[in-house]
Amino acid sequence: MPKVVSVSGNHAAAWAARTAEPAVIAAYPITPQTTIVEKIADFVEGGELSSQYVRVESEHSAMAACIGASALGLRTFTATSSHGLALMHEMLHWAGRARLPIVMPVVNRAMGPPWNIWTDHTDSMSQRDTGWIQFYASNNQEVYDTVLMLFRLSEDPKVLLPSMVCLDAFILSHTFTPTTVYEHKEIRDFLPDYKAGHWKLDPKDPMATGNIAGPEYYYELSYAIHEGFEAARKLIPRVVREFEKHFGRSHGGFIDTSRCEDAEVILWAMGTMGEEATLAVENLRQQGIAAGSARLRVFRPFPVEQIQKLASKAKAFVVVDRSLSYGHTGGQATEIRSALYRGNNRIPVQGVVAGLGGRDVTQTDLEKLIQVGFDVADKGEAGPEIFYGLKR
Amino acid sequence: MVKVKELPREEYIERGHAACGGCGATIAIRHALKALGGNTILTVPACCMSVIQGLYPKNGLSIPVLNTAFMTSGAAASGIAAGLKHLGKDKEINLMAWAGDGGTYDIGIQALSGAAERQTNFIYTCYNNAAYGNTGMQRSGATPYGSYSTTTPTGKRQHRKPMARIMAEHGIPYTGVISAAYPRLIYDTYKKAKDIVGTRFIEIHIPCPTGWRYPTWDTVNMGKLAVESGAWIMWEREGDEYRFLGRSKLIAEGKVQRKPLIDWIKPQGRFRFLLKDPGMMAEYERGIEREWEIMKRLVGC
Repeated sequence: MPKVVSVSGNHAAAWAARTAEPAVIAAYPITPQTTIVEKIADFVEGGELSSQYVRVESEHSAMAACIGASALGLRTFTATSSHGLALMHEMLHWAGRARLPIVMPVVNRAMGPPWNIWTDHTDSMSQRDTGWIQFYASNNQEVYDTVLMLFRLSEDPKVLLPSMVCLDAFILSHTFTPTTVYEHKEIRDFLPDYKAGHWKLDPKDPMATGNIAGPEYYYELSYAIHEGFEAARKLIPRVVREFEKHFGRSHGGFIDTSRCEDAEVILWAMGTMGEEATLAVENLRQQGIAAGSARLRVFRPFPVEQIQKLASKAKAFVVVDRSLSYGHTGGQATEIRSALYRGNNRIPVQGVVAGLGGRDVTQTDLEKLIQVGFDVADKGEAGPEIFYGLKR
Repeated sequence: MVKVKELPREEYIERGHAACGGCGATIAIRHALKALGGNTILTVPACCMSVIQGLYPKNGLSIPVLNTAFMTSGAAASGIAAGLKHLGKDKEINLMAWAGDGGTYDIGIQALSGAAERQTNFIYTCYNNAAYGNTGMQRSGATPYGSYSTTTPTGKRQHRKPMARIMAEHGIPYTGVISAAYPRLIYDTYKKAKDIVGTRFIEIHIPCPTGWRYPTWDTVNMGKLAVESGAWIMWEREGDEYRFLGRSKLIAEGKVQRKPLIDWIKPQGRFRFLLKDPGMMAEYERGIEREWEIMKRLVGC
């Protein structure tokens, strides 16, 4: 029977690992991910989780160890944050390119210097091109559920890609909410055992992976990864549907929308800010303002068509990023503009950078930003990027 | 010691591999794998073996190989070891990381040290040709004092790290230091290591005609001269006990004289600056004598 536990976002992630029962978990502690690896240690040493748990000496080694275990055809799991994710960068590419379905919660935290442990999406945004599926969660239940969905998605023979679910530092990682969790046997209909059908390290069928492939092969191997992402794009709606059928919950597909059907201005945000936006929208709606919000759940594969569809009815987008690609804008704004330019609905997109390094972005702030969207809609063009709340 | 005719006929590195002519590493892996057998999984970081195994879609090694990033051999092996344990196959399948000296002494030391500290059940081989061979002979932590490399164009001014001793001091159950010039000793060393549980570190001195600048036909001779002159010391540590091996044992026991160091140095183009500079030569010799003193103390003779 499912049970409801009061857990933090991190414990929800650890519970999801317990439920999915990876054969191997390799991890290294970093604030604010630490309570994930601590909880897993409790589960393993308390006999509640049978995984081999490798307490490695760095995040780079954590991912390398996951790669080694996954190459045996086994389910593997790790978790990290910020500098840990950055240290893993090389191995993120390696896991993606080796087509290994490793699943990893990433607690979004700012990069230093200065040291800052609060939330910021620049860490995961910087990993855009590593060949990892990226989901962003907005509450603890979604963290838990997404981990299970990602194992299903990543391990699909047509996909075979690693995936990460991103959760905001402290706002989710250390905030306790009631969350429904399951034991392994209760989820096996939804998430069967992983059976590696492609290749694995097996002396009975020896095969090498990763040896030198020149220009004659590299492009095709890269395209095959792209095909994996396209397969994931097709599969995500089915995984979401089946999850809902099994467990009675959905957190949306690629995009979790609120009041977008007749919205003139749609505010985009990821993670907890996306959840906050729904409250801003409700408040404005009560004042008769045609606002909507769209929380981008899936950053890779990027939902181009869904974004174009939302643009077909709205007059302007306001895209709020908790990240900044210095010298340009936030990751989300860049991608949404690119998606619209490929279609016929090129509505103005106002880029906003807010909440860096964990600075609070409130419902009132988001309401103000939606109001800016109406000015943009009237003018028919967006202004320069707004660095919202910048004190100078 | 195993007799040549007793060596298994099976080959796990196939004809057509992509090593340079005269490569010492092929002698090493050939006899290591003869001892371990086909029920072995190999993980290889960036090193000459990344090339030697051949180009995709072919592979010259007839055992499963996980190529991995430069600094990760110890970590990738840790993951494979954990997975084999999960599968209950950790006793039946041998696991070996095969890394160069740069991948061991320098960029890979952290992952290797971590794996050893965790008592990971695998064999780690450092095949040491004393420079970054695959990238064109840049200096590494294993490059000997005085040696030319493309990043020490007037000769290296530091001694190499005592890598095998560093590993032995992790308290691992087996450490072996041998040379590609003695294939039967390679076979025996791996045969012994195979049956030990835990982290086993084996370092093989690999003469490299491309980098050391001697004729390709002289590899075995170069390997032997390194040992015979005392520049390379072969030893093992099993449990807490250190022992000299092969020719190094005879030298330590005074049963044979060391050949003059110059016999080993002179044929190698990489030592040309050392030859011209008596001060550098003296410093290199001082380093070798210090190694002998430390090793004799450890062995207790």
